[in-house]
Amino acid sequence: MEDLRDLYQTVILDHNKAPRNFGSIEGASREADGHNPICGDKLTVYVSIDSDDRIDDVRFQGSGCAISTASASLMTEFVKGKTLDDVADAFGQFHLLVTGPATEPADTDGLGKLAVFAGVREYPMRVKCATLSWHTLRAALEQSPQTAKTE
Amino acid sequence: MSAELDVERVRKDFPILTTKVHGHPLVFLDSAASAQKPRQVIDAIAHHYETSYANIHRGVYQLSQASTDLFEHTREKVARFLGASDAREIVFTRNATEGINLVAQSWGRNRLGVGDQVLITEMEHHANIVPWQLLCEQTGASLRVAPIDDSGAIRHDEFEKLLSARTKIVAFTHVSNALGTINPVKELTALAHEHGAIVLVDGAQSAPHLAIDLRELDCDFFVFTGHKLFGPSGIGVLYGKLAHLESMPPYQGGGDMIETVTFEKTTYAPVPHKFEAGTPDISGVVGLGAAIDYVQRLGLDAIAAHEHRLLEYATERLTAIPGLRLIGTAPTKAAVASFVLDFAHPHDIGTVLDREGIAVRTGHHCAQPVMDRYGLAATARASFSIYNSETDVDALVAAIETVRELFG
Repeated sequence: MEDLRDLYQTVILDHNKAPRNFGSIEGASREADGHNPICGDKLTVYVSIDSDDRIDDVRFQGSGCAISTASASLMTEFVKGKTLDDVADAFGQFHLLVTGPATEPADTDGLGKLAVFAGVREYPMRVKCATLSWHTLRAALEQSPQTAKTE
Repeated sequence: MSAELDVERVRKDFPILTTKVHGHPLVFLDSAASAQKPRQVIDAIAHHYETSYANIHRGVYQLSQASTDLFEHTREKVARFLGASDAREIVFTRNATEGINLVAQSWGRNRLGVGDQVLITEMEHHANIVPWQLLCEQTGASLRVAPIDDSGAIRHDEFEKLLSARTKIVAFTHVSNALGTINPVKELTALAHEHGAIVLVDGAQSAPHLAIDLRELDCDFFVFTGHKLFGPSGIGVLYGKLAHLESMPPYQGGGDMIETVTFEKTTYAPVPHKFEAGTPDISGVVGLGAAIDYVQRLGLDAIAAHEHRLLEYATERLTAIPGLRLIGTAPTKAAVASFVLDFAHPHDIGTVLDREGIAVRTGHHCAQPVMDRYGLAATARASFSIYNSETDVDALVAAIETVRELFG
């Protein structure tokens, strides 16, 4: 049970139960669908971008496991107000956070609450759950017409 | 043969069951995905490599003859295991999937056309959907799907309504991997035959758990796979009635499936060799033979009785858990318990159970249309086999309480 708490941190359980920024944005400037074919998780990310290339508003809808729901929720909190460049950097760092070697400490500098996902690196089968919303956000920002996939 | 299954004795045959997972004894509840291997199968393969391995149907030397004999004797063993009347009706394939593809292409490709129909059911594994979709795309035939009811049982009336003179192939599973439903093969086959259709039965989930008698079932084709029957992966079986197999063109070309080859014309070997191009999985066949010996020694009836008791116990314990819903409650069921919890996602259930040493399958079980039917993305599935006992069910139920502590 104790090592499960390393993965399922209180913040993650909380965001799973009460996801923030859940819903759609009417007239969103960008949106994309994400799908994890392995587990069937599906979500849609909606983004509004202001004239300075900052994320003005971001929301998500869909259904998934606790890791994927909490990751989407915490991601929306994190990226709101950030520039597109900052978001791209953060995704890179987040990806390293969840895929880095389990034996090495994670670099969580500047990731804020997202650091709670460091436990995912011990669960390689769950990496895709943690990154689905980020892949989908990137697809939305790139306005890729295809459904984002973790594969 | 009818003696009761001695689970403790069976467990001693499976070396992997002494493994610890995250510090807990392994509780393996994913045999519907692939079964573990008894010492007898592992040893048979090693013994073959150590004492009698050579390529088959090739050499005149003693070892090649010994290997060929072992291979062909196993074919006869498979025929007896299935109740087939002739060993020539047994084709070795890579797995059940390859057997279905072989029939779709070799039987179906030249025979089907626009206006013809292939009938499958809503509970099929992707392996019994996609090969028929490909066939329909190639020939212009159309795919029809017989619906299931809320319990996961086939709706006989609808199945019958979908049959017509245009139905050329009916393909359905013997036992649903996602729901556990056991289909009435004999009745469905007779209905299909009345309309002149041929019938393929996917036996991937039934062969390890039920005694099969193909003379009784009367289906035209039957496929199963070795790895779910405690044998190695990479070896499967296609049974086909002799007249069908003889009427079908080869599926793949190559060595061992020919009679004579010139650049102008090749004549093919008689069945079943016509369908076995290239060097087959020889040690896989040997391992499959040992697996069949193993389950026959235990007795398929004793296995079925044991698993049925376990299913009843698991159903009783699981349905007593508040917030748990069983998916698949057909009146005749194999020992599969697919479930969802209203407080946790199947993926999270799987992770928590794994930390307790319990292996279950989570996801869509390669049966996405079944998940769609129930409006779900995924379920958690515990499947029970010869080496599982009530203790394993108790461990599962206790671990679900851990899931509740975390997520409830």
